[in-house]
Amino acid sequence: MSLWEYANPKRFMQISAAVLPWVAGFGGVCLAVGLIWGFFGTPEDYRQGATVKIMYLHVPAALLAINGWLMMLAASLIWLIRRHHVSALAARAAAPVGLTMTVIALVTGAIWGQPMWGTWWVWDPRLTSFLILGLFYLGYIALWEAIDDADTAADLTSVLCLVGSVFAILSRYAVLFWNQGLHQGASLSLDKEENVADVFYFPLLLCIAGFVLIFLALVLYRTRTEIRLRRLQALMARDRLL
Amino acid sequence: MPELGKYAGEVLSAYGISLALLAVLVAVSLARGRRVRAKLRAYEDRKGAR
Amino acid sequence: MIALLRRDLTLAVRAGGGFGLGLAFFLVVVILVPFAVGPDTEILARIAPGVLWLGALLACLLSLDRIFALDWEDGSMDLLATAPLPLEGVVAVKALSHWLTTGLPLTLAAPVLGVLLNLPTPGFAWLVLSLALGTPALSIIGAFGAALTVGLKRGGLLLSLLVLPLYVPTLIFGAEVARRGSEGLELGSPLAFLAGISLGVAALMPYAAAAALRVNLR
Repeated sequence: MSLWEYANPKRFMQISAAVLPWVAGFGGVCLAVGLIWGFFGTPEDYRQGATVKIMYLHVPAALLAINGWLMMLAASLIWLIRRHHVSALAARAAAPVGLTMTVIALVTGAIWGQPMWGTWWVWDPRLTSFLILGLFYLGYIALWEAIDDADTAADLTSVLCLVGSVFAILSRYAVLFWNQGLHQGASLSLDKEENVADVFYFPLLLCIAGFVLIFLALVLYRTRTEIRLRRLQALMARDRLL
Repeated sequence: MPELGKYAGEVLSAYGISLALLAVLVAVSLARGRRVRAKLRAYEDRKGAR
Repeated sequence: MIALLRRDLTLAVRAGGGFGLGLAFFLVVVILVPFAVGPDTEILARIAPGVLWLGALLACLLSLDRIFALDWEDGSMDLLATAPLPLEGVVAVKALSHWLTTGLPLTLAAPVLGVLLNLPTPGFAWLVLSLALGTPALSIIGAFGAALTVGLKRGGLLLSLLVLPLYVPTLIFGAEVARRGSEGLELGSPLAFLAGISLGVAALMPYAAAAALRVNLR
């Protein structure tokens, strides 16, 4: 029994059907408890006031926006090397979820930044990198949508994901360099881990767990949809041949 | 309802927008999943009947 | 390889359009900027390096879809794929000819347009150098984007969207070299980064682009 057996679409469908309700349920519970705890049960930060409560959405979303792309990268590599269809479809299924996470992170960041920094948007390295990440997600999704043949689309988007990853890292460093070059020492980026005390830490952890589980549940569900769609297309194609 | 002070608008809108975005994502995923599943089932039934 | 390069260059020059279009677009962008920003020479001098880089990038973007499209439509791409020349080589030659017909003229035209924008005198040499180093990277990255979208009917918009985030590092370092050059600052590190991106991209990107082309040719 090897790990690759999960790559069989039929087995994947069986297992994901069994796992999905649990993942989604646990995710929902974790997120609900974490958010309610964070929203009602934590004190205000002495410096930031009530806006710290935005952290419970901002940090998990940002975390998943990046890890979602990493997951797509891994899935793309598996597709290119071992050609398991489930893997390619999982990458496709994850992209819109990752984009949504990026948007949540950007929007909550802007709302948080407005009272704290006095502006919705600064061209801070962190913010800029996230904007670029969002563009990568957009391009990836657009390429998937534009190509009719599923295998061609999977191949091309996988290549794009690989190249995009390299350039995303390159952009990260380029952006760091660029902003230091322009406004020396005017970094507004908050070091989030620095002043997170235990009171904030546990609800945050719960929220992160909730976001991760919900991300997983969504990706599993969407992958199942993609597999069904592929099966439908394959059946229709076979009937046309007959 | 906790006391949010002068940042109530910011905090509430951040929660509102984020949860709304998540809800939209879930709704879109579910709707698409249902549609595809129904199509596939209809197609397989039709083939089975023939 | 040289025959292919010569053929592409001849086609680009003779067919019209592609060759002059990029230059004309560059001219339009640069001339329109003062009207939009105002004639204040100090502001113009400050933004000149960035505007020139941006104009060059957009002009380059405009002609990207022509890299493979014509050969794809008339079937010569299939011939090139079966030719003894490896597909990576074909991509490299195509990117080179794209650079020779757009990047190089843009680089040479940039100082002339720099005069219009009151680019400070020490900036000219660095602007030309940064463009000469950076535009090849734009052509090669663009060739990758063109290879991804070559099979699509309406690939132009998608191509811009795909290439946009890939262009960010090149633009940052290229414009930074030009800016520091015009302000007389030390510019060794962005220049090294820019050269590094160009060389790295030239070495690796043809493989990715050729892989994409092979998928599309399947």
